[in-house]
Amino acid sequence: MSTLHPTIDHAGHADHGGHGHAPSFFFTYIWSTDHKMIGKQFLITTLLMMMVGGGLALGVRWQLARPWERMPLFGDAVFASEGGQISPEAYTMLFTMHATVMIFLVIIPVLAGAFGNFLIPLMIGADDMAFPTLNALSYWFMWPAIAFFGASFFMHGGGPAAGWTGYPLLSLLREAAPGSRDAQTCWLLGLTFVGVSSMMGSVNYMTTIINMRAPGMTLFRMPLTIWSMFITAILQAFALPVLTAAGFMMVADRLLGTCFFVPAGIVVNNAPPTVGGGQTLLWQHLFWFYSHPAVYIMLLPAMGMVSDMLACMCRKPIFGYKPMVYSMAAIAGLGFIVWGHHMFLSGMNPALGMTFMVSTIMIALPSAIKTFNWIGTIWGGRIQFNTVMLNCTAFVSMFVIGGLSGIFMAAVPVDIYIHDTYFIVAHFHYVIFGATLFGVFGGIQFWFPKMFGRMMNETVGKVHFVLTFIGFNCTFYPMHMLGIAGMPRRYADPYHFPYLEHLLPMNQFMTTAAFLMGFAQFLLLGNFFLSIFFGPKCGRNPWHANGLEWSAPSPPGHGNFDIPPVVYHGPYEYGSPVSGEKDYLMQTEYVPLAQRVALEDH
Amino acid sequence: MGRFWALFFIVTAVITFVVSWISPSMGWWFPTDGVAVFGMAQSTLGRKIDDLFYLILWIVSVTFVATNVALGYALWRGATIKPEEKVWFSHGSHSLEVIWTIVPSVILLFIALYQLDVWAAYRVRGFIKDSDGKPKQIVAVAEVTARQFEWRIRYPARGKTLKPIPQADDIYTVNELHVPTGDLVSITLRTDDVQHAFFVPELRVKQDAVPGKLIPVWFDTLVTKDYEMLCAELCGWGHYKMKAKLVAQSTEDFEAWKDKVSEEQFDDGYRKPAE
Repeated sequence: MSTLHPTIDHAGHADHGGHGHAPSFFFTYIWSTDHKMIGKQFLITTLLMMMVGGGLALGVRWQLARPWERMPLFGDAVFASEGGQISPEAYTMLFTMHATVMIFLVIIPVLAGAFGNFLIPLMIGADDMAFPTLNALSYWFMWPAIAFFGASFFMHGGGPAAGWTGYPLLSLLREAAPGSRDAQTCWLLGLTFVGVSSMMGSVNYMTTIINMRAPGMTLFRMPLTIWSMFITAILQAFALPVLTAAGFMMVADRLLGTCFFVPAGIVVNNAPPTVGGGQTLLWQHLFWFYSHPAVYIMLLPAMGMVSDMLACMCRKPIFGYKPMVYSMAAIAGLGFIVWGHHMFLSGMNPALGMTFMVSTIMIALPSAIKTFNWIGTIWGGRIQFNTVMLNCTAFVSMFVIGGLSGIFMAAVPVDIYIHDTYFIVAHFHYVIFGATLFGVFGGIQFWFPKMFGRMMNETVGKVHFVLTFIGFNCTFYPMHMLGIAGMPRRYADPYHFPYLEHLLPMNQFMTTAAFLMGFAQFLLLGNFFLSIFFGPKCGRNPWHANGLEWSAPSPPGHGNFDIPPVVYHGPYEYGSPVSGEKDYLMQTEYVPLAQRVALEDH
Repeated sequence: MGRFWALFFIVTAVITFVVSWISPSMGWWFPTDGVAVFGMAQSTLGRKIDDLFYLILWIVSVTFVATNVALGYALWRGATIKPEEKVWFSHGSHSLEVIWTIVPSVILLFIALYQLDVWAAYRVRGFIKDSDGKPKQIVAVAEVTARQFEWRIRYPARGKTLKPIPQADDIYTVNELHVPTGDLVSITLRTDDVQHAFFVPELRVKQDAVPGKLIPVWFDTLVTKDYEMLCAELCGWGHYKMKAKLVAQSTEDFEAWKDKVSEEQFDDGYRKPAE
């Protein structure tokens, strides 16, 4: 707790041994307890996993554009005997693992793991996380998960193929699908490790944010990024145990012969009938009780980061700071009581459907408030159209589409029709890719100088943005139409239904766009890794931003701050009349009391 | 360059809007048999979903245009701001927040409450009324059992009612569900193995078949024809192959068909020698 009362001669690294002499390579880059290194480890791991997940998605797209044709690389390698044509069970495995990798190994860890770790201590003026060792463990628990998910591909029968939702009995009975043999057990164990990893992170974030803020950093002076990380951590801490428990119950069902999710008398593939009096719906309830809040875990941190970046790039204060905080809290709160909207068609009591629908529709309200506030933030600003701003604008405009399409499926009668069609696929890609991932792309560009002390290339950044943005929209917007046309999800070959035949050209167009978007990510990777070594060096505050992280050196040393920060006002004082010549006012800059009155009133 | 990027986002929104607008005429819309305009649902219940869909589409379109006009204008202004001009230094506006909290919440609450009736019509027994105010009669027509990867259908014999337990004179078909046109018919949906979902796109009806549960699903058909019937919940590698058809026919044809199937099914192969 040394950061609570730091002194100049003790500049905030009292707890840390090992300074004064250079730590070894192992302790610097591998078993590091420094939150910045852990953040970077998370970031690089998730970027690489993004390429894996993207590759799996391209496999799915290939099959939809050219069903039963030779698939280059993957098909050639695995199905050489069938002329490189992938099998339907491989197709189910592809989309299952695409979602698994993207959700559990990319989106959740890149937001909470990478940005959460890197930014929380820097933005609140702490020297490190509250529990640095726990923090390192949270990263290293990712690796067993990656190993289990990776190993599941090589199990007898092929990878897990029950969808990322793993609905029993398909995922539970070994006879139900080739992928439901040992691969599914691996998948469940991987899920547990990811869960434990997130759990350790969330405990750490909550403790750090509550206890280790710099002097003067009151809750309502925290940047929205920190608010979003705080709320996300709470969501994780309360929702994750449910998934972990459900995962263990499923493992017990699979390995120990319990019957939590198995009703009696089910005959799969001519196997002996099941015993037991379980309920498959129980899994759906438990799974979505975590996984719906997880949707917000995958979105809220990006919302917070985009709010910070937008204010900086528009050179004006965030519009409606407190409404932004309250609406995030409302999203998190309502997020706990809307899980049933994934189950409108599961045969649960229709009265429950009505209840869940009303809460689901009302969650659109805080989202709308946030959108209006972002537009209010852009309104009347001096916009710096750099890569950061472009990605953040894409976040807002894609979130508008993703949010509005959500209203269709929140309306339960309409959901009867569009449930499990491509409309759903379009919707969640607009939110998770269109919003979150563009926010992450912006965030990488924005905080890269703080991470590595160098800038990323602007031109490459813009080219990457344009290609990704066009590729993204051309891939996912037509999915709305596919859904309206009644094309179900997870079909290896939709075209043998006559009413879907005419959609083949559209799918081919989408696949082309998806490949464009996929290959554009190499620009990001190239830009990222080359800039670490060759980017132009930058000073402490290249964006003229206000946050505490920008008062630390770039990159910050061990213990973060050479001058212990003291906070005098909120982080959004851009273009303030009291800031004098420059158009920003850092949180550490003292302003005489008389002038400060103008700032207090958020 | 700023103007270019402002235009970039404006043009994206315009293209999005135009593509959506022309979709019905391009055939990227509800499934159609070539007769139904814009692929209107072929059932009275389904038309209620369509109406709701179009209502939401209107609300969403207006919101989309308004939001994008605001965003586009803000971007354009931010791109063309003069160097000497000051930014709008504002931390927010309480009255604006109140307005854009209350207006959307009224609209959202309206959507939420307005559609409860349609949901009830689909799921609450006795909610659909005849013209004389009595609950419309639901005809239990068959038990549909999904399994990897086909549909098995059990009908009561002609003149009998559907019993939960199979009867000796029940009629069985595979992948072909026959129903009388015009009646409000119900099926009992169940599954032998994993979870499936019963989906008839043109009728806008869909329901998961959950292991261990018997779930009633009711719908009506307006036109006498064959409808596509498929599985909408991942059920294994052959998920895409659960292709079946729903045959809507007049009540007389339906009964005659039952007789014919019954005759074939209980035929013991014995033929009277030719006289």
